[in-house]
Amino acid sequence: MQAAAIAQPSPEELVLTGSWTARDIAGIQHPLASIRLAPHTQARADGAGMEALDTAGAWVLHKLLQRLRAEGATVALSGLRPEFAKLLEVVAQHVAEQAGVPALITPPPATVLEHLGHRAADSWEQSLALLSFIGESAIAFAACLTRPARWRWRPILFNIRSAGINALPIVGLLSFLLGVVVSYQGAAQLRQYGANIFVADLVGLSMLREFAPLITAIIIAGRSGSAYAAQIGTMAVTEEIDAMRTIGIAPLELLVLPKVIALLVALPLLIVFADVLGVFGGMVMARSQLDVGFGEFLDRFIKAVSVTSYLVGICKAPVFAVIISMVGCFQGFRTHGGADSVGRQTTRSVVQSIFLVIVADALFSVAFSALDL
Amino acid sequence: MDTLAKPPENVIEISQVVTRFGEQVVHNGIDLAVHRAEIFALIGGSGSGKSTLLREMILLQQPNEGSIRVLGVVLKDISDDAALALRLRWGVLFQHGGLFGSLTVLENVGLPLREHTQLNDKLIDEIAAWKLAMAGLAPKVGAQYPSELSGGMLKRASLARALALDPELLFLDEPTAGLDPTSAAGVDELVLKLRDLFGLTIVMITHDLDLLWQVADRVAVLGEGRVQGVGSMTELSQMKPPAIRQFFDGPRGRAAHEQIEHKN
Repeated sequence: MQAAAIAQPSPEELVLTGSWTARDIAGIQHPLASIRLAPHTQARADGAGMEALDTAGAWVLHKLLQRLRAEGATVALSGLRPEFAKLLEVVAQHVAEQAGVPALITPPPATVLEHLGHRAADSWEQSLALLSFIGESAIAFAACLTRPARWRWRPILFNIRSAGINALPIVGLLSFLLGVVVSYQGAAQLRQYGANIFVADLVGLSMLREFAPLITAIIIAGRSGSAYAAQIGTMAVTEEIDAMRTIGIAPLELLVLPKVIALLVALPLLIVFADVLGVFGGMVMARSQLDVGFGEFLDRFIKAVSVTSYLVGICKAPVFAVIISMVGCFQGFRTHGGADSVGRQTTRSVVQSIFLVIVADALFSVAFSALDL
Repeated sequence: MDTLAKPPENVIEISQVVTRFGEQVVHNGIDLAVHRAEIFALIGGSGSGKSTLLREMILLQQPNEGSIRVLGVVLKDISDDAALALRLRWGVLFQHGGLFGSLTVLENVGLPLREHTQLNDKLIDEIAAWKLAMAGLAPKVGAQYPSELSGGMLKRASLARALALDPELLFLDEPTAGLDPTSAAGVDELVLKLRDLFGLTIVMITHDLDLLWQVADRVAVLGEGRVQGVGSMTELSQMKPPAIRQFFDGPRGRAAHEQIEHKN
């Protein structure tokens, strides 16, 4: 089949040939625009050579005729197959119907300042919404505390397993590697001063106070926080949350509190596990790089690292747990629309919870140094 | 291009199709033919394999045995190029619309044009707006996102997208499911209008007795892995197999039947 073509053998004659279909009319848009008829011409258009016409072709043809007629010429179209003529009539009818309908006004694209303003307003609105979500959850938590019968043990235990026990391998591996890295990096410096044994101080204090809690919280934010947002978000999209409300189950009680409680239990334990594996990683490296044996290392470790340092690390856990579970659930509940929105909110939950975890960690450092801990 | 010039009389030919899911046999030797420019309906109880058969016709699934020929092309072992060419010649309305949530309705309708033609954006938007109007939607709907639409509007928008490339063959999966009676009646008229205007062949799955009585030219009843009967609703109403009787003997079946007889 030939591509659509239009020719103007004489000023008063148009010849339409080829296949006027969506796939074949692309090349004709320029020639069409350049066709001109002098005003008051009585032109004839011959459509006998037209092989195919679909809605896109009919639309283009109608626009051409409309423009020529608007410019003052008369165009008589002849030779069209009956089914093509019928289609052209349908276009004309649609255009005539739409003539009375005002065109859609598309707003001009926003300027940089407008974008900035919208972003600021959105962030402000979101912060307020997060605060009110935390408030609502706290009220629901308080209500549950007074009535222990309403505690939902099954989801709590399930969440402890999925967020805690199932995360053991990855948390263990990463903190072990982190211990190896810290010890290895320190080894080069310590060896210069012959202070090899202080590797225990370095690894012990940095792992217990900072690295173990932080790496665990970040892994859990990426692993479980995202899962919370995606789960609740999908439920919101498929109206499961509305269904829950109509059945008389508070979504906060069933979906949020078990996750918060489970993380409050699981995260401190995971941090202890990360402490052990991290220090073990440091020990392995100390023995191979600095000739500090396990026994020596542990002797020094006990002297250098106080119980306070251990507790300083652990006491961050509840705060991180609340941040991760709250942000994850909050972003899940803010999902509306479709699959797209689920993805967006999940991303947000991970970014925000990691951001907030690090900010909280920085605040802890400031507070602990003020308290001389 | 000879196939286009002299179209086969049967748009779809299904012969001896067998489909199994593990142990479960869904189709056990199905033979069907759909003629050009007819409205053909597939009915059957839940689990009778209607949707599976539809998915096999639109290349989303392959039967275990037997052959399916659509628009003169055999679907078994079809090459990627041939499959694409074939896909451009049909449109599918999915049960839940299948509109892309990240695009506006107008962008959804214009997507096939944007993807498969070299038309400029303005022209595509104009054509998409016309298709929306053809499907009975107001122009302002075009700027909305699918999640903002009601069920009936979703079906119409999805139909507009199925029509974007002027298909020869249109597949409708439950076009009236979940619609109020007025919207459903609107879909009846729309389907008839499209067939008359473009000479479309329409294959649909439906449980809607009104749609079956008023719109479908021929109806095939699936049951127990086989075709229990094919014919117009009036012909089917004379047949005996229990799988067919259920569509006529229930109170709803009788009501729809009486309604059509009052009209005539």
